[in-house]
Amino acid sequence: MESRKFAPIDENQGGTAVAQEPARLRKRNKTFTDVMLSVRDLHVSFKTFGGEVQALRGVSFDLYKGETLAIVGESGCGKSVTANTIMGLIPKPAGRIKNGNVLFKGKDLTKLDKSEMRKVQGVDISMIFQDPMTALNPTLKIGEQLTEGLRTHQKVSKTEARQKAIKLLEVVGIPNPEERMKQYPHQFSGGMRQRIVIAIALICEPELLIADEPTTALDVTIQAQILELFEEIQERTGVSIILITHDLGVVAKIADRIAVMYAGKVIEIGEKREVFYSPQHPYTKGLLASVPRLDLKEEELQPIEGTPPDLFAPPIGCPFTARCPFAMEVCDRIYPATTGLSATHAVDCWLQDERAKKVFGHN
Amino acid sequence: MAIYIVKRFFMMIATILIIATLTFFLMHSIPGSPFDEERTSNPTIQANLEKFYKLDQPTHVQYIHYLKSIATFDFGPSIKKPNDSVNKLLARGFPISLELGMVTILVAVISGITLGTFAALRHNGIIDYAAMAFAVVGISVPNFVLATVLIQQLAVNWNLLPPATWSSPLHMILPTLALATGPTAIIARLTRSSMLEVLTQDYMKMARAKGLSPMRIVLRHALRNALMPVVTIMGTMLAGILTGTFVIEKIFAIPGMGKYFVESINNRDYPVIMGSTVFYSAFLVFMLFLVDIVYGFLDPRIKLHRKEGDA
Repeated sequence: MESRKFAPIDENQGGTAVAQEPARLRKRNKTFTDVMLSVRDLHVSFKTFGGEVQALRGVSFDLYKGETLAIVGESGCGKSVTANTIMGLIPKPAGRIKNGNVLFKGKDLTKLDKSEMRKVQGVDISMIFQDPMTALNPTLKIGEQLTEGLRTHQKVSKTEARQKAIKLLEVVGIPNPEERMKQYPHQFSGGMRQRIVIAIALICEPELLIADEPTTALDVTIQAQILELFEEIQERTGVSIILITHDLGVVAKIADRIAVMYAGKVIEIGEKREVFYSPQHPYTKGLLASVPRLDLKEEELQPIEGTPPDLFAPPIGCPFTARCPFAMEVCDRIYPATTGLSATHAVDCWLQDERAKKVFGHN
Repeated sequence: MAIYIVKRFFMMIATILIIATLTFFLMHSIPGSPFDEERTSNPTIQANLEKFYKLDQPTHVQYIHYLKSIATFDFGPSIKKPNDSVNKLLARGFPISLELGMVTILVAVISGITLGTFAALRHNGIIDYAAMAFAVVGISVPNFVLATVLIQQLAVNWNLLPPATWSSPLHMILPTLALATGPTAIIARLTRSSMLEVLTQDYMKMARAKGLSPMRIVLRHALRNALMPVVTIMGTMLAGILTGTFVIEKIFAIPGMGKYFVESINNRDYPVIMGSTVFYSAFLVFMLFLVDIVYGFLDPRIKLHRKEGDA
């Protein structure tokens, strides 16, 4: 059952999506068949004064070459920890990978030592951070911040690195790149800085880009521009993107697939269309219902009642049980198995069980 | 930049002028005169001496004369050492004091920053605890106590180093140690705390995500940001070290400025007091100015003049 969750996308499935989303026709016609990154049963914990926080409790997903996978969920669900674990940025010794693998093109990143990992960081996998106001070093010229990664990992001369950096600044939409190379971060606006952060991430031509809430700290108009930039870059370079966000609007715009995380687990994963139009997990449904809608008259937002579980002592069963309107006795005791709904769509929920369908009638 | 330097220059002049004025009037408000001890029974000699040093004139005339001497940087002869002019005393004593002060600063800055950085990188580790234990001791023990302990142990009991005077690099070790320990401890603590803060910044995570070498991450990305508070206290610390040299010079019998300075106050040797005070304050004010310039180099966000925004 587990394996179906990660089965390659069916071509016919991709085909049907075209009618609904003509704007993304070109990309949709592509099928993503090469698994680039495979996260398997990842458990990550952090030691704190209050005890051990089980931030990730068995996260598994695949990422295909050239696709954009969005990881969504509320604060503290483990989205950023997932990104940091893949990137090798878990603070040690407080954080620990207790179990599981991160296979990047067949290589297990969790087994690499620090110096081997440095050859992956910024080269094969790059990361874009949430707040561009703090992600750039205030005391270094942006030219240096752009080129230092390249100069560390590849044998290029200063002028070559400079040329490449200038070209890249042009690509990400910075006017007068040559002048701008000599400036410091405080001389740029927030949107500009995020463009620079993106340029820095791209300088070594990585195959995977992990963007951790890349638009959260930006104005709405700038957000749209940055998202367009992501699409443009992906079209140009074929880079795979993991987009971590809690903003479903962002997801709707650029994701191919969506993974919904809750309390350190991926509870539903599927193509964007599947997750948006036929969400199966009650949490996913609640998440989608809580988005404000312009076409409905109701004035109040519909929040999901309650709070996520305490990850110091996570529940044995489904962590959403306490907040779930459909909770059954079994939910509290046993974590549900993964049910494959289609080749691409899978969910961890007891409601998928035949016996539950008898209880609730047609679901 | 040029505008800033010119502005700063005039402010420095004003500062020195205020210090000079205060020194002058404070000095004249102390009872006693340079000739108290000499018990010259002959009033004519006394009068002649006072005339020679212009002490018979009213205070405001003396003050103007004194300002003139500052402007021309010629403070005249010492009253107590008639063979030496103040300038000569400065020329003889100051280089030695400067040498001691500079070596101390250098030792304090290098070891303090290194210690603080390692302590921060090994936060809550053995190095961290050891460094901070040293820092607490270093800050708490006054340099004159440390100096006597050092002399007793290293020079007298173990006979490793010369106990006093100033003639070879070996002689420099003990006074430098005594003088540098306090500032080293302060710098180490400061570097550690600001380093700890910098290490949690997003740009540090980003630097790691770039796969840079740990060396580059610490030296290029962290240290530069962490050094700002250290530079800030450098100015006042400099004053502390300079005045600290007076005590240390006395203990180690170093023929620096300190000796003349203290002597001159006891003897009411007016020209020497005024000359050395003005000289020292000018030196300090200039050092503070240098610290401000260094700021601008370390952190580009600090604007030394108005027109940087369009650079």
